Amino acid sequence: MTVLLHEDYIVERGDFKNAGKVSSTIKEKLKMIGIDAKILRRISIACYEAEINMLIHAWGGDISMDVSDDGTVRFVFKDPGPGIPDLDDAMTPGYSTASDDAREMGFGAGMGLPNIKKVSDSFDIASSPEGTTITLGFHL
Amino acid sequence: MKIRELVEKTGWKPLVLGDPEAEVKGGFAGDLLSWVMGNGKPGEAWVTVQVHLNVIAVSGLCEFSCIVLCKGAVMPEDVTARAGEEGMNILCSDLPAYETVKRLVELGI
Repeated sequence: MTVLLHEDYIVERGDFKNAGKVSSTIKEKLKMIGIDAKILRRISIACYEAEINMLIHAWGGDISMDVSDDGTVRFVFKDPGPGIPDLDDAMTPGYSTASDDAREMGFGAGMGLPNIKKVSDSFDIASSPEGTTITLGFHL
Repeated sequence: MKIRELVEKTGWKPLVLGDPEAEVKGGFAGDLLSWVMGNGKPGEAWVTVQVHLNVIAVSGLCEFSCIVLCKGAVMPEDVTARAGEEGMNILCSDLPAYETVKRLVELGI
């Protein structure tokens, strides 16, 4: 397996003004290389939710994307903490720990992680107080 | 129906008209961004009262034809400026959400 395209992005801590920008960049990049619109839509939803989580729940983070010649796209979302205390709760649709401020902006529906899992072909999450890492795979 | 015609027929104030020839292919109403992201479809007119910068990201990712702000929703200038940079359409309805959607339906959207 050879990686045909590798990209790294940074989500700055608390940078709500640019929330969603990395997801938009990823979408444009994948659109340019001709990825099917339906798959692109699923990727956009997952990236957006994960990017927003980094802003409202974590202290920013790093996103990497690998497009490989075996027809897969792999994303790794890695944040520096504070971690998710209970992953089962976090994966339950409707459960949210978002602040009132975040809810006022339309976040905090408790659908972020369940949405990400639903739209991706593979989903893995690991969390500790040192940070959370989500690894996603999509078949093209 | 094109955005240009929608503006003419409704009289809704165009806050940003980056692509008046865009086709309105349906409508979607909602303020919870995860819900909108997960269910909105390209070409739809998005009826909302959310006015912060993130609606621009969501609208772009969903490829909505326009954002329709309901009565009372005031969008800050930095948000309309960003929408302008992205070539989006934002209309300001003088009606509450329910009536705004009703008007769209009456127009066959």
